[in-house]
Amino acid sequence: MLHIFCPHCGELRSEEEFHASGQAHIPRPLDPGACTDAEWGDYMFFRDNPRGLHHELWNHVAGCRQFFNATRNTVTYEILETYLIGTQPQFTEQAAPLTTTATREQGEKV
Amino acid sequence: MTTANVYQQRPDSGAKAESSLHQANLAGLIGKGRKNPGVTVREKKLLGHLTLRGDAKDPAFAEGVHKALGLELPVALSLVAKEDTSLQWMGPDEWLLIVPGGQEFAVEHALRAALAGLHISVVNVSGGQQLLELSGPKVREVLMKSTSYDVHPDNFPVGKAVGTVFAKSQLVIRHTAEDTWELLIRRSFSDYWCLWLQDAAAEYGLNVEA
Repeated sequence: MLHIFCPHCGELRSEEEFHASGQAHIPRPLDPGACTDAEWGDYMFFRDNPRGLHHELWNHVAGCRQFFNATRNTVTYEILETYLIGTQPQFTEQAAPLTTTATREQGEKV
Repeated sequence: MTTANVYQQRPDSGAKAESSLHQANLAGLIGKGRKNPGVTVREKKLLGHLTLRGDAKDPAFAEGVHKALGLELPVALSLVAKEDTSLQWMGPDEWLLIVPGGQEFAVEHALRAALAGLHISVVNVSGGQQLLELSGPKVREVLMKSTSYDVHPDNFPVGKAVGTVFAKSQLVIRHTAEDTWELLIRRSFSDYWCLWLQDAAAEYGLNVEA
């Protein structure tokens, strides 16, 4: 059984206390009336389905009943981090290419 | 001045009040258990339960709560108590206050007066839940059977309170003294918990206390 760290409770809890609530970091359009149907449809219904890192919204339903975000690898089910809503994840897909670029730049200098 | 509709929810006209475990007839089982029971259950019924919400980071809120109750706001997963009044952390902006039955109306008034002008909420939830106190040397065994949460004293010291999964539902477990634990149960699950505890505690001997 997985143990997931709840950032509100501050400890690891068993997976059965949690519920996944889909993709995280989806800001609601500030002026929904000004959206085109396509933009609103994207906001409302379309979600990413990545193979690899995914930032998700989780709810600690049986504990503090609060939402928080988690970065999970959809292939291995490894949960890399959990963090509060409103903060940015430490692990992102973009991070990997950035490091490779940095390595190449360093290599050119050398 | 608050616009919240605050009113006395406990009838004072002599209306009959029944706990959610009335049908279980715990009163009829008092003293009928084993002589040296491993688990003793006591129903703490008809207490005043108030859900308090506010901004924990606001010093004025913490100060107001202290002024009204004489209790400090507990931090995550903890419980503070003074005599029969207890204040428990339920979430980052939510606490549960349990006071002796009949006091909830006065306490709600005191809280609203002390927290006037702040963005807060006080809700009387007395009718929706109640406490079951379990005591005795085998309580931890019963808890271990029922929940996946680690109830070893190293992880669950006195004064800690957690919401977790328990049997096939959820409740809040409160560790109030070394061999004493409290379960905060929802009204609609009362029968289930009562039957579950009777079954789980049968092998250790269960006694019912008034």
